[in-house]
Amino acid sequence: MKGRTLVRHGKEGLKNLGRNGWMSFASISAVTIMLIVVGVFLALILNMNHFMSSVEEDVEVRVYVDLTATEEEQKELEQHLHDLEQVERVTYLDKDEGLDQLINSLAEEDQEAFESLRDENPLNDAFILEAEEPQLTEHVAQQAEQLPHIDRVDYGEQVVEQLFNVTSVMRTIGIVLVIGLMFTSMFLISNTIKLTIVSRQKEIQIMKLVGATNGFIRWPFFVEGLLLGVLGSVIPIAAVVSGYSYLYTQFGERLSLDFAELLPAYPLMLQVSLVLLGIGALIGVWGSLMSVRKFLKV
Amino acid sequence: MIEMTDVSKTYANGVNALNNIDVLIEKGEFVYIVGPSGAGKSTFIKMIYREEKPSDGRIMINGHDLTTLKEKHVPYLRRNIGVVFQDFKLLPKMTVFENVAFALEVIEEPRSEIKKRVMEVLDIVKLKNKARFFPDELSGGEQQRVSIARAIVNRPQVVIADEPTGNLDPDTSWEIMDVLEEINKRGTTILMATHNRSIVNTIKKRVIAIESGRIVRDELRGDYGYER
Repeated sequence: MKGRTLVRHGKEGLKNLGRNGWMSFASISAVTIMLIVVGVFLALILNMNHFMSSVEEDVEVRVYVDLTATEEEQKELEQHLHDLEQVERVTYLDKDEGLDQLINSLAEEDQEAFESLRDENPLNDAFILEAEEPQLTEHVAQQAEQLPHIDRVDYGEQVVEQLFNVTSVMRTIGIVLVIGLMFTSMFLISNTIKLTIVSRQKEIQIMKLVGATNGFIRWPFFVEGLLLGVLGSVIPIAAVVSGYSYLYTQFGERLSLDFAELLPAYPLMLQVSLVLLGIGALIGVWGSLMSVRKFLKV
Repeated sequence: MIEMTDVSKTYANGVNALNNIDVLIEKGEFVYIVGPSGAGKSTFIKMIYREEKPSDGRIMINGHDLTTLKEKHVPYLRRNIGVVFQDFKLLPKMTVFENVAFALEVIEEPRSEIKKRVMEVLDIVKLKNKARFFPDELSGGEQQRVSIARAIVNRPQVVIADEPTGNLDPDTSWEIMDVLEEINKRGTTILMATHNRSIVNTIKKRVIAIESGRIVRDELRGDYGYER
């Protein structure tokens, strides 16, 4: 294609936007609304994912040593634990540290009551095991239970399993929702552009009659669709980026517990912006090409 | 130039528009297509610029067989055929100049060439002084002249006019005929479907009469026929 023709298509596409002002406005609004929803969901899902994986990673197995075990036996046990397959790390937590942790995890007014326990610590010494994969936790726990000199093995069976279930359900719901929304917006855009094209049907008819090629006729609509999509993604990107950055600076710190924290705005927002821009451009172009195809059969 | 051999057309809805048409039109001819409404005139004309395909038979234009012409080559065929309609089909948001230039822009002619040729044809249809007007600022006859200018601006060998005077008063119709005759004199073949008796009877040309999808008359210097 000649450069001059490309410029002409660009101009024509841009002119069409203005010429069909309200139609274009409607299209852009549709893209905007859809992309805001997609953007918010994307940020939500990505954070959820992040949260879930940090929870998964925090899953650990606590092996409490029998109170009667001698120091020898305890050493032996530690070696056995190290030898277990699928165990990544073994940390020793003696009962005093265990009590410290317990007291620290309590509300201040309750802490004093437990302080008295320091003289006669009722807790067991413990080993904390981390599995190579979060999903292997249960398996590791079962293996550990077979070993001698063990009081009990604790890994929050119910919690772990439920968490895994919730994680996968959330992911599935998120993916289905995002895909559904994308298709809805594609449909909306292609329909709106179809209306734009119907209003220019005469123009297309004349172009065909004077011998314009289909490619030539298609180009301005391609440009127009692209512009609609890209313009439609501007507000969502601005809204999601500024909204998320605001949320992050306001609540990011306060929200951050051991395992739950917001993803930092960068690079998350860059990724989300690119995804929104990409979706906008894609559905704009796709919508316009779908719509124009039918009208080329004059 | 244009040759139809045993051409028939039946539409998808079962309407039988044309039957066994045989016709040969030479380069530079001026031909009227007459006949009652619904006789098949429009179908006849549409098949020449390949808006409709024949169900049967063969159409040759300039040695190209339209029945085997590939879809992607249709635009190039149409660059050799100018079409004028009863309702002008001008783009209302473009000036006279832009409407005519449009036909050249979409076939990617260089800009300098476009300007030159548009002014040339506006001169032929005597609208040079109205180049900057919009269609709704022109009379019906002037609008039709713009559409003729658009049809001839890429120098087609054939101009097809489907009732070009159908929406115009008698005086204006004569103006249009002057323009078409002028174009014909420059060597362009002209096919004109019409219901205008006085034009056909006054400006004597070849007349092809179509009735119920068949050619019933083909005279070199014919009359409109169909006496009242």
